[in-house]
Amino acid sequence: MHDVVRRTALSGRSQSSHDKVARGLGYFSIALGVAELVAPGAICRAAGVRGLEPVVRGYGAREIATGVAILNSHDPEPWIWARVAGDLADVATVAAGVQQDNQSRSRSAVTLATLAAVTLVDLACANGLNSEKGSRKTARRDYAGRSGFPQGLRAARGAARDFKVPDDMKTPELLRPWDEAKGGRRT
Amino acid sequence: MKALVWHGTTDIRCDSVPDPRIEHERDAIIKVTSCAICGSDLHLYDHFMPGMKSGDVMGHETMGEVVEVGPAARKSLKVGDRVVIPFTIICGECDQCKRGNFSVCETTNRNKGLADKAFGHTTAGLFGYTHLTGGYPGGQAEYLRVPFADTTHIKVPDGIPDEKLLFLSDIFPTGWQAAVQCDIQPTDTVAIWGCGPVGQMTIRSAVLLGARQVIAIDRLPERLSMAKAGGAITINFEEESVVERLNELTGGKGPEKCIDAVGLEAHATGSVDSMYDRAKQAMMLETDRPHVLREMMYVCRPAGVLSIPGVYGGLLDKIPLGAVMNKGLTIRTGQTHVNRWTDDLLNRVLENQIDPSFVITHTEPLESGPEMYKTFRDKQDGCIKVVLKPGTNGGLHA
Repeated sequence: MHDVVRRTALSGRSQSSHDKVARGLGYFSIALGVAELVAPGAICRAAGVRGLEPVVRGYGAREIATGVAILNSHDPEPWIWARVAGDLADVATVAAGVQQDNQSRSRSAVTLATLAAVTLVDLACANGLNSEKGSRKTARRDYAGRSGFPQGLRAARGAARDFKVPDDMKTPELLRPWDEAKGGRRT
Repeated sequence: MKALVWHGTTDIRCDSVPDPRIEHERDAIIKVTSCAICGSDLHLYDHFMPGMKSGDVMGHETMGEVVEVGPAARKSLKVGDRVVIPFTIICGECDQCKRGNFSVCETTNRNKGLADKAFGHTTAGLFGYTHLTGGYPGGQAEYLRVPFADTTHIKVPDGIPDEKLLFLSDIFPTGWQAAVQCDIQPTDTVAIWGCGPVGQMTIRSAVLLGARQVIAIDRLPERLSMAKAGGAITINFEEESVVERLNELTGGKGPEKCIDAVGLEAHATGSVDSMYDRAKQAMMLETDRPHVLREMMYVCRPAGVLSIPGVYGGLLDKIPLGAVMNKGLTIRTGQTHVNRWTDDLLNRVLENQIDPSFVITHTEPLESGPEMYKTFRDKQDGCIKVVLKPGTNGGLHA
């Protein structure tokens, strides 16, 4: 059975390779976000687009927020999906802002290729993190034989009914169920 | 010695740390033969509980052999004794201990000031469970220092495997207390949210205490299969409405007794309100995800009992107290008063009424502990309960 269902953590660690990639993406997000906030003009020139400095600054804030969330979350998966959404916004922004001169067009092409590569890394990471969580898809075991009752379930039912519940945990008399079979006495 | 050490969020490592030594005359040192990862350890792993520091040794489900005893503990312990260590450290002398309320011992939390600020008044010191509860090193290690050892132990006989006894330290009495404080009547339906290790023990306890029907709620097929084996009717909340099904099974009146064996990390995408809680958690506007509490309060029969063994840490949002008040529900909760129950539970194990080892799905060397934290947290590999064996090597899969 164990060769069918894999374990997810790296040997000797409590984190998986996807956790490590997610942390790397968190640091990358913060670094890129700072660059976009501090030098939006340079980022626009490198991407071959013009006049989008305010937008790039906004994207920088987004990148920093996402990066901080990834690094501080016990479950970075939703934030990696947020990065994927951000990647798509980046692609759309660059594609809409492509200039007609050859130099800008070639810079935009390189930028779009880079964004596509980063998106693939984000997608792979988000999918990987998702696949590490238990679900109907990952469950492989059936514990139907584990009752925990050595003498069987039938013998176990009510076997401790004579246990004296401490007074501080007893249900008050007036809240106990009415038992018609006992002539209207409470159980 | 080797020990599992917390280094940060989701970062636990097997490190070499200094061996523990006797620091007080009531101390004892035990050589750990078995320890386990508890579901509540995952709250530390995920860093939802405040008060952890890098370098803290994890673990509060531990048993082993006494190897050194302080002079004041010798009246009740000697070298060579086989003991299970309750997760609550108890003095046995304070007002609360004398009343059997061991989990709120007034003496053993050495960081009382912190706990006073967080909870209003201190609770007992706990092993390996944040500096709010004393910052005591835990038992996922080769050796453990046991403070107040003359009272903080459960002596167990030789000749019985560790696996049958280890859970007297926490999950078995926790499940038992959760059911006992419902004061189960033969006519009762008991609904239990969560089929993790505590949920499984709660199911068995409710069956032993004679509930008319026990209903278990989870989403993982392997956990539901174990719940069914223990005598529960199961509800997979990903496939059907919990409220509708519970009402159907109780003639439209709701279960008399509802038990929350989930706690603060309800499945984050299992419901709209959990997603809301998760978003608020991410923005540090809420500490816990109380979906189960809300559902229990809503579905419980009027004049019923809500029992909460699941761990909650701080501030919760959108709690329908109107339903609790208007239906006259009783809430019973608290950390487990372990030693209040263990004499009785040990007898039930010795009499073969129950064998708590049924819940173990993975047995591994201590060194594999870090990766087992992730396997357990992510519910991979059919993992329900992990037992770690210091001083062993290689595959010990159950």
